[in-house]
Amino acid sequence: MKIYVPRDAAARALGADAVADAVQAEAKTRGVDITLVRNGSRGMIWLEPLVEVETDAGRIAFGPVAASDVAALFDAKFGKHPLVLGQTEDLPWMKGQTRLTFARVGVIDPLDLDDYEAHGGLTGLRRALDMSGDQIVAEVTESGLRGRGGAGFPTGIKWRTVAGAQATQKYIVCNADEGDSATFADRMLMEGDPFTLIEGMAIAGIATGATRGYVYLRSEYPDAIEVMGAALKIARDRGLLGDSVLGSGKAFDMWVRVGAGAYVCGEETSLLNSLEGKRGVVRAKPPLPALEGFLGKPTVVNNVISLATVPVILEKGAAFYKDFGHGRSRGTIPLQIAGNVKYGGLYECAFGLTLGQIVDEIGGGTATGRPVKAVQVGGPLGAYFPRDLFDTPFGYEEFAGKDGLVGHAGLTVFDDSADMLALARFAMEFCAIESCGKCTPCRIGAVRGVETLDRIAAGDGAGIPLLTDLCHTMKLGSLCALGGFTPYPVMSALTHFPDEFTGRQKEAAE
Amino acid sequence: MAQPSPEIASRVEEIIADHAALEGPLLPILHAVQAAFGHIPRDALPVIADKLNLSRAEVHGVMSFYHDFREDKAGRHVLKLCRAEACQAMGADRVAAHARGKLGIEWHQTTQDGAVTLEPVFCLGLCACGPAAMVDGRVVGRVDEARVDELLAEVR
Ligand SMILES: Cc1cc2nc3c(=O)[nH]c(=O)nc-3n(C[C@H](O)[C@H](O)[C@H](O)COP(=O)(O)O)c2cc1C
Ligand code: SF4
Ligand code: FES
Repeated sequence: MKIYVPRDAAARALGADAVADAVQAEAKTRGVDITLVRNGSRGMIWLEPLVEVETDAGRIAFGPVAASDVAALFDAKFGKHPLVLGQTEDLPWMKGQTRLTFARVGVIDPLDLDDYEAHGGLTGLRRALDMSGDQIVAEVTESGLRGRGGAGFPTGIKWRTVAGAQATQKYIVCNADEGDSATFADRMLMEGDPFTLIEGMAIAGIATGATRGYVYLRSEYPDAIEVMGAALKIARDRGLLGDSVLGSGKAFDMWVRVGAGAYVCGEETSLLNSLEGKRGVVRAKPPLPALEGFLGKPTVVNNVISLATVPVILEKGAAFYKDFGHGRSRGTIPLQIAGNVKYGGLYECAFGLTLGQIVDEIGGGTATGRPVKAVQVGGPLGAYFPRDLFDTPFGYEEFAGKDGLVGHAGLTVFDDSADMLALARFAMEFCAIESCGKCTPCRIGAVRGVETLDRIAAGDGAGIPLLTDLCHTMKLGSLCALGGFTPYPVMSALTHFPDEFTGRQKEAAE
Repeated sequence: MAQPSPEIASRVEEIIADHAALEGPLLPILHAVQAAFGHIPRDALPVIADKLNLSRAEVHGVMSFYHDFREDKAGRHVLKLCRAEACQAMGADRVAAHARGKLGIEWHQTTQDGAVTLEPVFCLGLCACGPAAMVDGRVVGRVDEARVDELLAEVR
């Protein structure tokens, strides 16, 4: 009997290790022969730890399972039991998705390269190895893939610049700093299907002529660091990485580098400085990292999901991928639904669902059962959306048109107890803590922002125009999006929930 | 300036030698030094500076830029509580206030008995099962006041 108990950090945070131990122990006492697979998560975090058993009729899911449930599950021979959910693939959460990037996450053993290949892995890389670099770049460009790290820059165009640069050494750098609140897609991909990222980076290397790669992985993700490290060793042993990738004669190798707890190091030039062993201060552009990146050499910097989506594009073709999506946002996006939400987790689908569909239908509203008040989309630099804007379709241009951003596609749901002024203050405080210090509007402005919001909270209405001015200055005068976008959460809170700012005046005056 | 302690210097030199071939070795070296000593001893800086051909101020500048590197030893256990938005939406502020009260310390401080250091963290990627915490590297989801008490009881 094959039993799956996820090793994903979220599953572990909810007790998956104890469940796995109990499964092993129970099987041993009962003399039942089992194979325990520690898979990635299917993304239904509210059901974690989600245990699956393989049957002739497909995989059957049980959840959320506690270690104390395991004996009863064995008693029931993993059949009729109150925790049975049915066939995993038939669960509404699974059926509604288009899993392209995450096709294997939760399905396979993350560290079994044969399992990976049996599920379509390496097909894209093999195809790429038969193509010229130009052809690969053209395919990625044609797919419409845009950077999933936040800025939405077309991936193929970035690759073309690096491919065209002449240099003795070029690099592929994967941005796995994933510092945004409400985002965990990078983490889940690396923990659940690390070979996909390795394959994507190898394809990027072959396409652009880069032979070395780094995954800059945040230190807050010890599980992902461990899985990536183990996967790299297997990939090297099996000839997927090294002097001759899959025997092609083309070289590509890559390593993990661990960050050190600075949010700003997710910004690509700060990341490159950090990788070089410097303070993670943002660099002015130009020069573009594509021309002068790591150690001054041409460098592709791409997000985990951008790179991990390349294998399926090469496997199924640009046209297949491009066919999904909405407007200029092509393909699929792994939504990360988080915060105060009934059904939280990762849901990959084509762009174009409305915010309301995502929050109310897929997410099922709040966990507390109270009304949804606001949703912050795109992490700490993203805007707060009120219910009035729930008809906004999920897409880069559509969100920009509403003074918001898609970012890394994280959504934080808040119920009606949310204090919007406190959240605006937090945005400024976070910016002050994490500022790299290079520009005054960000470094000093954020501190002033906190002070101003405290004044407003104390009933000083004159603080409101000051805050608006300050946001304007930060937006225009900041070198990067940390200082430049912090005004989004602040101004959206002020614009959509003005009473919570002016209301304080009345309270104080009464 | 006194010479660095010989034990520290020799261990740090070993670590540097292990990382000498890396491109951009400073962060991996600082991580390894912290793993070895629990913090970055003051005496490690001149050794690193010397071997990497940097000034001591540069090495200190790098170390101090990053939240992870600590100049002083932490307590025997480190409790990290997520302060970011998705966890706030589930009551992280309330839980953190409880932890601070219970421990009688503020963020970044260590209890008098040296048992627990409390650190804020901005997202552990557990945002769909918040409030999230990390105890000595172990992740914990859906942390409420009672769970904080349990976690502290386990380590104290
Ligand atoms: C403050 C700040 C933090 C960022 N954090 C991340 C991050 O954690 N991960 C990421 O991929 N991109 C992040 N970015 C965006 C990167 O600068 C860059 O656009 C991205 O890595 C490019 O990859 P992509 O084109 O594949 O998205 C951040 C940007 C800023 C300004
Ligand atoms: S906006 Fe802030 S984080 Fe960005 S470069 Fe300027 S000071 Fe650094
Ligand atoms: S916001 Fe707390 S774990 Fe992500």
